[in-house]
Amino acid sequence: MKKIKFGTIARYTLLAIGGIIMIFPFIWMLISSLKTWAECGSMPPTWWPKDPTFENYVYAFKTAPFLKYFRNSLIVTVVCTSITMINTILCAFTFSRLKFPGRDLIFSIMVSLMMIPYEMLIITNYTTIVKLKLYDTLAALIIPFTSSIFYTYILRNFFLSIPDSLYYSARIDGASNWQYLWEVMVPIAKPSLVTIGLLNALTCWNSFMWSILVVGSVENRTLPFGLFAFTDQAGVRFERLMAGSSIVVIPVIILFLFCRKQIVTGVSKGGLKG
Amino acid sequence: MAVREKKVRKYKDSDEKITARSLITPFVFSLPFMIGLLIFTVYPFIRAVLLSFMEDYRFLSGKFSGYGLGNYTAIFSDPNFINALKSTTKYVLIVVPTSLVISILVAVGLNNVKKLQGLFQTAYFLPMVTSATAVGMIFRWLYDYDYGLFNYFIGFLGIDKIHWLADVKYTMASICIYGIWSMLPFTIILLLAGLQNIDPIYYTAARADGAKSKDIFFNITIPLLAPTIILTSIVNVMSAFKVYDSLFVLYGAKPGPAFNLYTVIYYLYDQFWNKNKLGYAAASAMILFVIIALFTLLQNLITRKTNYYN
Repeated sequence: MKKIKFGTIARYTLLAIGGIIMIFPFIWMLISSLKTWAECGSMPPTWWPKDPTFENYVYAFKTAPFLKYFRNSLIVTVVCTSITMINTILCAFTFSRLKFPGRDLIFSIMVSLMMIPYEMLIITNYTTIVKLKLYDTLAALIIPFTSSIFYTYILRNFFLSIPDSLYYSARIDGASNWQYLWEVMVPIAKPSLVTIGLLNALTCWNSFMWSILVVGSVENRTLPFGLFAFTDQAGVRFERLMAGSSIVVIPVIILFLFCRKQIVTGVSKGGLKG
Repeated sequence: MAVREKKVRKYKDSDEKITARSLITPFVFSLPFMIGLLIFTVYPFIRAVLLSFMEDYRFLSGKFSGYGLGNYTAIFSDPNFINALKSTTKYVLIVVPTSLVISILVAVGLNNVKKLQGLFQTAYFLPMVTSATAVGMIFRWLYDYDYGLFNYFIGFLGIDKIHWLADVKYTMASICIYGIWSMLPFTIILLLAGLQNIDPIYYTAARADGAKSKDIFFNITIPLLAPTIILTSIVNVMSAFKVYDSLFVLYGAKPGPAFNLYTVIYYLYDQFWNKNKLGYAAASAMILFVIIALFTLLQNLITRKTNYYN
């Protein structure tokens, strides 16, 4: 009896230590962001700011247009996620409920396209964006990412699990495909849709490399790009950089605290199918 | 009831028939998706394949002298590309197994914990959703020579301060520490899901036979978790092969302090963006694609063989 108890305590202790190591970088980010320059550059480090200050945040918002970056990130995330959701719903419906010749063949070709590494596509996508006159616009950050095969794949699987009889009875009652999709299927698939939406929103919010390629002006930078550029403005002043990082990370942390279950389910369901 | 069933069958029959109308609906419904897919995935993929075989491609005029293997021979004789392949492989070989072992231990721990599940999960999974740019900044701060916490902690062990990001000897180590840390959440989630799929009856039976925890772990948990472990590793190998963002932020857009840490994607971006050598970029992209494709095939094979989703 005693032995089991010891094992349990050891397990909890080890897990707690591991957990602290995992989130420690974020805790350290927040603590550092509240320190003064002198305190941040002192050895040994202090584990709590002597007199916490928001000076670094004020500096960040003053020197770099973080509010503008924030707004841009929000627009890109919301618009991209909305369009992606509509596209995904319509496409998943097409390839699950509707019947037409070659359906499964086309879908399996689409699934095989998933293995193309995204980096392979940027060479041409950059030129396409320039040709479409979308260079240095927020649309350039949205349009290339609205057709996700991966999300369609997940949603299609869910749609396939909805019994056919529901469809036929709705059709007999006079519902069109369109009505059936939005009034029956979408409400049933709500949990899957929430998960897909969250995963997509996180990807949009954190997207970085593509924006460096297609955004030229300060005006159209999103948060990650803005933060990266902030290194030049803040110099080697880590308390300022940590304030900048906090601005990018805090919204995501809040989202994660509220929607952890949906996000984790999404990852565990879709993670191995990529 | 009988009448209704008849109606259903009748509807079904007419539905299966291909009419002009039954073709228009799928076309219209999937049109917005397909336009995006064709313009931003299919077309650039085909063009990248073609580009990789075009000799002397000119970025501005779009002219080229013919098709051949010139780009491939060129990148394979470029020391930077060889360096990229080597360091990427090294990175994959260090990061994937290490994070796998840690993740198995954590996942088994989390699976056996009844209280504080939510708190633990939040701590372990949070790094997965945070921006690579912000995390890169944080690691730059942790790796700082004078005031970084890494040097502060190794000071307790009696080790001299290390130039984590500036000394060529330690750059691989610093990128791997970051890599392992950021790979853990995803890996733990997948393994935990795998563990939860194991029928508890095995454990009950083993305990009834008086098996020790160690034996249960090695003779029940690991064998039953094996398909998940293999599939997770494959997915991780593919994602580790694409390592790039973290490097870019840690070294301020340079491939390591002395251009010593090229990775395949870094090389690709470098050729495309800085040197305007689209042919080289496309050829290195093709190499990456072939590697990823091989691992995807392996993944599909194992999924089918182990009947993973049933």
